[in-house]
Amino acid sequence: MTAVAIQAVGLSKWFGEGPTRTQAVKDVSFEARFNEMLYIVGPSGSGKTTLLSMLSGILRPSAGRVQVEDVDLWTLGVDQIADFRLHRIGFVFQDYHLFNKLTTVENVAIPLILRRRNWDEAIAEALKTLEVVGLGDRAQLRPSKLSGGEQQRVAIARAIVSAPDILIFDEPTASLDGDTGRKIVEFVRTQVLTEKRCILTVTHDDRIYEYADRILEMEDGRITGARKNGGARA
Amino acid sequence: MRGILRVGYKLLVNDRGKFIALLLGITFSVFLMVQVTSMFAGMMKKASATVTNTGARIWVMDPNVTNVVSSIPMPDYVLDAIRSTPGVKYAVPLYSGGGLVRLKDGTYQAVTVLGLDDTSLFGRPALLEGRIEDIYAENGFLVVKDEEFPKLQNPKLGTEFEINDNRGVIVGIAKVPASGLFGIPTLYTTFSRAVQYIPSMRYTVSYILVEPMDDASIPGIQEAVKRLGYEALTEDGFIGKITDWYIFRTGMGINLLIMTLISFVVGLSISGQTFYSFVLENLERFGALKAIGAKGRELIYVILFQAGTTALAGYGLGVGLCATLIAIAKLRLADYASIITFFNLGIALGMVLVIASLSSYFAVRRVLRIEPFDIFRS
Repeated sequence: MTAVAIQAVGLSKWFGEGPTRTQAVKDVSFEARFNEMLYIVGPSGSGKTTLLSMLSGILRPSAGRVQVEDVDLWTLGVDQIADFRLHRIGFVFQDYHLFNKLTTVENVAIPLILRRRNWDEAIAEALKTLEVVGLGDRAQLRPSKLSGGEQQRVAIARAIVSAPDILIFDEPTASLDGDTGRKIVEFVRTQVLTEKRCILTVTHDDRIYEYADRILEMEDGRITGARKNGGARA
Repeated sequence: MRGILRVGYKLLVNDRGKFIALLLGITFSVFLMVQVTSMFAGMMKKASATVTNTGARIWVMDPNVTNVVSSIPMPDYVLDAIRSTPGVKYAVPLYSGGGLVRLKDGTYQAVTVLGLDDTSLFGRPALLEGRIEDIYAENGFLVVKDEEFPKLQNPKLGTEFEINDNRGVIVGIAKVPASGLFGIPTLYTTFSRAVQYIPSMRYTVSYILVEPMDDASIPGIQEAVKRLGYEALTEDGFIGKITDWYIFRTGMGINLLIMTLISFVVGLSISGQTFYSFVLENLERFGALKAIGAKGRELIYVILFQAGTTALAGYGLGVGLCATLIAIAKLRLADYASIITFFNLGIALGMVLVIASLSSYFAVRRVLRIEPFDIFRS
């Protein structure tokens, strides 16, 4: 059994005040382990993105806590949480959010640059990571010149370039066709997931469920089911 | 920090369309600001030409004098009184007036006539040709070789002319640091000849030029002159009085202000709008950077760096363009009144920095407001 990477304890989140107050996440507790690909699935509005935001140090919960190894995440100050995200969490956004005015390799190098690595070193490291995701020959192109699948891989390269131990995927296949989506997730499953890394994925694309180790089902802000899946390893 | 600034720089310059629009906006704005203020500075330099060319440290005049060409003659006793004032090393009269020169072809040309103290010739110009002592010769005049010189048909030593129906002879050709504002040639002669040739009122002393014993004596001299009912101004004080008169009493100042403000608004609207849309276009990416771990202040530095880089580049281009056009204009129009001073450059720089600050202020507000959670929600 691998160590616990991240633990949610009684997480709740309310939005608004008075009569408009709504509860997006209701008393959610679970844990994710290293070397585990955990999916959070559910219909739109079920609270999975809100939950993911609280887990990744982006949205402060109204109640509960997030424990990442020995760090109680939400006891940290604003700058410390930003540093925490920078050093320990990698993000792959649904729309990638790549800078089209930078080259692919410069996009990938951004987390290293934010960590104040020397520019040339950061670019060299980013180039190596691009080679890992099979895009070494696309390094000097702008993201707009790449296909959707390639852009997704650039986003993955950016997320893993600084070797974070938790990866957050937000609807990783939402902008991709079925084949490309499966290939990407398979790539993540086989090349990105390691014994020292945990991957949390929010999705409602049931075509990729087979790659998860475990699936948490959410509805109306609560976890309504959890099932082990085994993970389809290539 | 240098790395993230480099990212900001690349984001800026790689967006060529917006970067060029930003540069053009600021360049045009700076060009207008520097051009307008330079024209004013050039005109003011010309308006004060007699003051700077003469080089007297203190000028005594009637308090109602507004600029150097509209002198109000003073009685001789004022000169005597000033000469006996403590702290005065010496004091000499200066005549300043206008005459009409009849040229050989029968046409007339208005001229400025400056009459120098007969004894000392204080305030005399440097000579290019001729000898200064020849000014004492019968009907002797010096002519200033400036942009207006050809209007006297390029006189040479010995050229004769008529001035107010009196004979005049060019005995020297002089140069001065600045020529006058009104586009008419300047003649120098002695005070006594000027008074003799140019129709005058009962009083003849236009100005009294005073050399103080030392700087500490100046306030005392000014006070003593004030008690006589006249005004003593240092060279800078007189130039300031002339400039103030043009700014506040002629409408030039308000025109200058309006033009400068229009330039500022043009620059602000073009660059502010473009910079804001540039940031808006990248807003979600800035949000993504925040999610990744960039701190708000780092993004502020990026935006300030982008705005500052554009502002300074546009400033340099605007100043360069203005300087080039002024240089070309001066090659074609010798008396083109435009001069770039450090003060003009400072005003333009200040306004450009205000443009950059306002542009980046609104951009920073948007970037600080975007929450990483919005990126997930989108």
